[in-house]
Amino acid sequence: MADKMTMDLVTPYRKVLSIEVEEITATGSLGEFGVLPGHAPFLTSLKIGELSYKVAGKLDHLALNWGYFEVEDDKVTILVETAEPADEIDLDRARSAVLRAEEAMKKLSPEDKEFRKYELALERALIRVQVAGKAVRR
Amino acid sequence: MANLKSIKKRIVSVKSTRQITKAMKMVSAAKLRRAQDNVVAARPYASKLHEVMERLAQSQESDPHPLMVRRETSPRALVLLVTSDRGLCGGFNANISKAVERFIRERGEAYSEVTVATIGRKGYDFLKNRQKMAKNYVGIISKPTYQAAALVAGEIIDGFLAEEYDDVFLFYNAFRSVMSQDITCEQLLPISPPAASEEASESSIEYIYEPTKSDLLGELLPKSIEVAVFKAMLESVASEHGARMTAMDSASNNATEMIGKLTLIYNRARQAAITTELTEIISGAESIKG
Repeated sequence: MADKMTMDLVTPYRKVLSIEVEEITATGSLGEFGVLPGHAPFLTSLKIGELSYKVAGKLDHLALNWGYFEVEDDKVTILVETAEPADEIDLDRARSAVLRAEEAMKKLSPEDKEFRKYELALERALIRVQVAGKAVRR
Repeated sequence: MANLKSIKKRIVSVKSTRQITKAMKMVSAAKLRRAQDNVVAARPYASKLHEVMERLAQSQESDPHPLMVRRETSPRALVLLVTSDRGLCGGFNANISKAVERFIRERGEAYSEVTVATIGRKGYDFLKNRQKMAKNYVGIISKPTYQAAALVAGEIIDGFLAEEYDDVFLFYNAFRSVMSQDITCEQLLPISPPAASEEASESSIEYIYEPTKSDLLGELLPKSIEVAVFKAMLESVASEHGARMTAMDSASNNATEMIGKLTLIYNRARQAAITTELTEIISGAESIKG
């Protein structure tokens, strides 16, 4: 069994990453999961959440939007709409986005169409804050 | 002498036109490179998505997804046309708009109604008085973003599910080279199940799916429409800049040729004027002598 797997992270705009990793953790639509080399073929959808991977014993974090995650033969393909590495996130902007979304949600009832939109925006912003926080600590 | 002056004026005006067309050509060349890069960058995403879809569609579900259902009764069609917002790019917009008209003429009988939606102002201007228009999206083609494509795709999917139309076609200029564009027509909806390639069916490893296969497919199909629209927009932008570059290049060449011709005429006229003047002086001197 190989001790590494290749990971391709692709968005509509570019191929963000194509590297060898030792371990991946991501948030699937049914909850968080981890993938190690030698994993069985696996396909899942991702929700807004965090992706972390280990290269040479060091963890790196990314904030992901909606996407897909596929494992086959130690080849991991991740298709996402947006992917932001921890050090590219503007923490202040993300924090103000959290506040903005929370404000907007207070004024709306959960039945409104808009409510869902802000809920998603809030989720995204929270994940960004979380991921950016890890970059600082590192 | 008035003639000389007017020729001079024309030369100056053609020269300034040439300057503009040259500048536009160079701007387009720069934009073309960026647009081409975008097309290339978007390719891996599209092909990977297609791979995943193929795998999912392999095992046919007994109950196909609503976006894959072909409706038979009195079908109505929607044509989504991708053009540019700006002109001065040769036959780029006119050609594809005419192709849409031809398509409607030839295939229109099979449908009880054909409506056209456009991305880009030029296609809308061309077709608005001739065809039944649905919606026009202006201002998103100059800077194509995935979000904009997702918005357009979302509205089209909503319309399809509400049975406002039963077939959706996508028309765009595919980028082949700087000199040439291919007018491309794709059927967007209903999605025809991708034919499982032999290679894929051989390596039929059991996958673990999470959540279920049909749930995944249900999420994936709308995405594939978004990607198709996004790809069409990127290709169209690259083609547009290519077409404009070619058009502006030939305009610059024509201007150079015209300047040459005008300069020749100008020099001839000047020579003629000098000759006349000389003759006058000589004949004047002769008459004093005599």
